[in-house]
Amino acid sequence: MDKMPAWADAVLVPLISILLAAGISALVILAIGENPVEAFMIMVKEALSTSRGIGYTLYYATNFIFTGLAVSVAFHARMFNIGGEGQAMMGGLGVALVCLYVPWPHWTLALFGAAAISALFGAAWAYIPAYLQAKRGSHIVITTIMFNFIAFSVLNYILVNVLRPQGSMDPATAKFPEATFLPTFQSMFSTADNVMFRNAPANVTFFVALAACVAVYFLIWRTRLGYEIRAFGHSETGARYAGISPVKITIVSMLISGGLAGMMALNTTMGEAERLVLNATEGAGFIGIAVALMGRSHPFGILLAALLFGFMYQGGSELAFWTNIPQQLIIVIQALVILFTGALDNMVRMPLEKLFLSIRKGDA
Amino acid sequence: MTETAAIELKGVSKAFGPVQANKDISIRVMPGTIHGIIGENGAGKSTLMSILYGFYKADSGEILINGKPTEIPDSQAAIAAGIGMVFQHFKLVQNFSVLENVILGAEDGPMLQPSLRKARGVLKHLAEEYELQVDPDALIEDLSVGHQQRVEILKALYREADILILDEPTGVLTPAEADHLFRILKGLREEGKTIILITHKLREIMEITDTVSVMRRGEMTATVKTSETSPEELAELMVGRKVLLRVDKAPANPGKPVLEVENLHHIDEAGVERLKGISLNVRAGEIVGIAGVSGNGQSELMRVLGGYGHATGSIRVNGEELDLTGKHSDGQSRRARGIGHVPEDRHHEGLILDYSAWENMVFGYHRGPETGSGVLMDNKAIKAEAQAKMDRFDVRPPNPWLSAKNFSGGNQQKIVLAREIERNPDLLLIGQPTRGVDIGAIEFIHQQIVQLRDAGKAILLVSVELDEIMSLSDRIAVMFDGEIMGERLPAETNQTELGLLMAGVTDTNVAQTKEQTNG
Repeated sequence: MDKMPAWADAVLVPLISILLAAGISALVILAIGENPVEAFMIMVKEALSTSRGIGYTLYYATNFIFTGLAVSVAFHARMFNIGGEGQAMMGGLGVALVCLYVPWPHWTLALFGAAAISALFGAAWAYIPAYLQAKRGSHIVITTIMFNFIAFSVLNYILVNVLRPQGSMDPATAKFPEATFLPTFQSMFSTADNVMFRNAPANVTFFVALAACVAVYFLIWRTRLGYEIRAFGHSETGARYAGISPVKITIVSMLISGGLAGMMALNTTMGEAERLVLNATEGAGFIGIAVALMGRSHPFGILLAALLFGFMYQGGSELAFWTNIPQQLIIVIQALVILFTGALDNMVRMPLEKLFLSIRKGDA
Repeated sequence: MTETAAIELKGVSKAFGPVQANKDISIRVMPGTIHGIIGENGAGKSTLMSILYGFYKADSGEILINGKPTEIPDSQAAIAAGIGMVFQHFKLVQNFSVLENVILGAEDGPMLQPSLRKARGVLKHLAEEYELQVDPDALIEDLSVGHQQRVEILKALYREADILILDEPTGVLTPAEADHLFRILKGLREEGKTIILITHKLREIMEITDTVSVMRRGEMTATVKTSETSPEELAELMVGRKVLLRVDKAPANPGKPVLEVENLHHIDEAGVERLKGISLNVRAGEIVGIAGVSGNGQSELMRVLGGYGHATGSIRVNGEELDLTGKHSDGQSRRARGIGHVPEDRHHEGLILDYSAWENMVFGYHRGPETGSGVLMDNKAIKAEAQAKMDRFDVRPPNPWLSAKNFSGGNQQKIVLAREIERNPDLLLIGQPTRGVDIGAIEFIHQQIVQLRDAGKAILLVSVELDEIMSLSDRIAVMFDGEIMGERLPAETNQTELGLLMAGVTDTNVAQTKEQTNG
């Protein structure tokens, strides 16, 4: 029998991991002479108590949902896609190209077009490492990391030399045409006498991200392809026996993964900046790894984890504003969460398993 | 009894969580005897031996060595108490020489030369005394499995073990190698050593042991003198009910050829030729068994037939040529041609251990129309079908939601068999159908295979258990070093002849050997 109930595995383990990470973060905050309780209250206040704060939290969460899903799909095929960052940059390039050069009549069509092209660009960027892994055995972790750097350089070159409007000093494209502007939460939820989500960047892409969660759920647990991806992830020899092509699954799951990462650009580039800037991804590709780990590679878990990280991101940046806690501390907290949910998973799991075993023994 | 036992266990118990692996075990092993311990998988044999060797600590009970109560907290203590262990999976450093392996962990000082010199002398002496010849300077990786096992025994003897525990020692040996091992063990017994032999093979128990203890579900159910028991009685003690040791089957009634293999060659990823021109056929309503020591190309043959190993040559199924290298040489295409495959390694191939039973029930057939339409899988229908198959094959527990890894070996095998047999294949490939399967389930699995044959299907069976090959097959082909050494009818051959073929001794040589023995 399984050592502990499924709910404990899915809920209790990540929860305890977060609490441990929070505890150590509190100690760090104490060590730099600030009050951790106060810091936490500020985070909650700034990220969750106003519709503006929530707007920011959801904006960040949207990025993390896409990159978290991207990492999780590759995880199911037992691959570690560290290249979300680069794939999202390329997705951004695709979004910029269709927004700038296609005369869209309406934002809805622009959204569909940009979604398709961002996924395509992200997938294309993931294809090369995937191909090298599948055919040449080059390790995907190494190649995807390298491709992040290449993506940055390529994007830098294109922005500076090709897409930068004349006279601009900024490595960024021109502002997109107005027809491609996506509705923000402010414009969607405000009424005449009650402005909601004032100036918050959250936009309609959040719902695209929710749809992506549902789509990934169906892909992984309801389709034949998802069945093959998971089977391959569990056992490559088993996959070969069953006639599942390792080459095909490696490439296809990386294409899907890269496509999801690329779609993150919808939120940052089309939804928020409304032009392509060099550093649009802001490390979301890496946070996606933590989100996928914490969400146990399940879309629903990823949604929750992305919201948590969105909260930490928004709350953390406000911390720097209101206290002497530097914004870098939020990176420390994120690192701790990754450490506890990913690397030290068994540290929490094994005592819990023992606990549940002893409880059961008591019952028997 | 007045004589002091070499090892005496009194009321030893050990639990892992809710699982009681050993329950109140008491046993006396007399010095200078070979004591067999027999039981099904999971009966607690290995746990008991691990307690003796200091890997686990017993929850309660007492261990007496030569009458003295002894604590064995770790393997060092076990060695100090004169206990040596030969594991099923050898613990040898592959790129060390025999000599280096023997002294590993038993060096006399920081400098190796004196120890090596001493070991060389001891080894020479042991070789003469017990037929334990091994070249002390050979690297382990260059030795045959039988010789590697000798090194393990030498390691124990070098540490002056008086009590030798062997865990399933013949699993990897040819019959001839096993005979040699038994001669060594008998020699050791004559010198007054005490030997504990753990096995699930009744034949070995009958052949070599003086006393035998039977374990079932963590308990020692009986200890009897080997001369006063029979295989049937032991089997019944192991399983707890009467078992049919012989396969009950009518003579085969073979029809047209279903599988025709001609001049099949396969070169593995390391560039080694594993199949060197195999030709073979299996007719409808016939079981062809391939005997051979594992590692002589049987696995590769099954993989090529199953569609996941490239090859040259020709394979025809129902008269139609199979694609051996192109895009139709995969498991899906083979299944579409009516080939079912129960792979020899069910943990890594036949099942996805983390998948539930119902997911495993369509593994390999998950693209078929019965699992849904379009890209979606009809999980509800698959579950219902899986439940029905589990009931028909008596899989326990009959819970389709349980992960495959949580079933016992026998029930895992039943899941694979149910999946492959219920598709009604024209040709069924079965590798090691009863490896790691308990006796009760073996009987059931053999019946299923014979039933499929009687339904007019062709069956190709690979097994390293010669008994299984002899009792199940209608025709036996022996493989050695990637070649078929010969074909025999079970009624017209015997273990000795097959054993020689398995060791690569060809027909003419056999004839000569026979003549020599007769003359």
